[in-house]
Amino acid sequence: MITIENQAEKIMNDDAVKAFPDECCGFMFGYEDAAGNRVVTGALPINNSAVENRKRRFEIAPKDYMKGERYAAENDVQFLGIYHSHPNHPAIPSEHDRVAAQPYFSYVIISVKEGVIDHARSWVLNENFQFDEEAYNNQLTNTNK
Amino acid sequence: MATIIIPTPLRKFTNNTAKLQIAGGTIESSIKELTTNFPDLKRHLLDENGRIRSFVNIFVGDEDIRDLQQEQTLVKDDTVVSIIPAIAGGL
Repeated sequence: MITIENQAEKIMNDDAVKAFPDECCGFMFGYEDAAGNRVVTGALPINNSAVENRKRRFEIAPKDYMKGERYAAENDVQFLGIYHSHPNHPAIPSEHDRVAAQPYFSYVIISVKEGVIDHARSWVLNENFQFDEEAYNNQLTNTNK
Repeated sequence: MATIIIPTPLRKFTNNTAKLQIAGGTIESSIKELTTNFPDLKRHLLDENGRIRSFVNIFVGDEDIRDLQQEQTLVKDDTVVSIIPAIAGGL
């Protein structure tokens, strides 16, 4: 299960609303217990560096990615995953999401409808390079619509 | 020995080690050494033809090997090699 603490979720949701109708993206940090339950305590919005069609695509530049690794090391937190938004689409990963997905990371997708947060879901890549849904416990928005 | 930095999502394949020492030579030989020592890394770094996957960036210092000599880029004793996952997606 992944739990998004309020202050982190607010950062993510604000980023998704601000970016609408484009996609937003960013990093999630926190900790993971021995059972694999994750708690996101912080989020860091990152510039969507997709050159074309940011309404349907996001990219994180390699040098921006390194900021995430550095932030985790300097703040003694775990780099838990990536969030991004799906403007006017449900929070279900696309084939574009799947082919670029990394193991281990949680991928939180925030669905924004007409500029308003609608719902969010979280996904993790499995051993067969397919996404499994991760139980998502957040505190500000309703989930799993 | 050169240093290779493993990104968070791949550390579960390197016994949670973030920095490893490698013999050097070229990027190709360094990646081969890495995947020999940690075989589970292979399918996350290389495609079916043994080339570095398109969703994996390899940096030598601050430079992408695509802007250098690709897999033949030299790795010296003081080189820091970073494996950087390409993070992307969309609708």
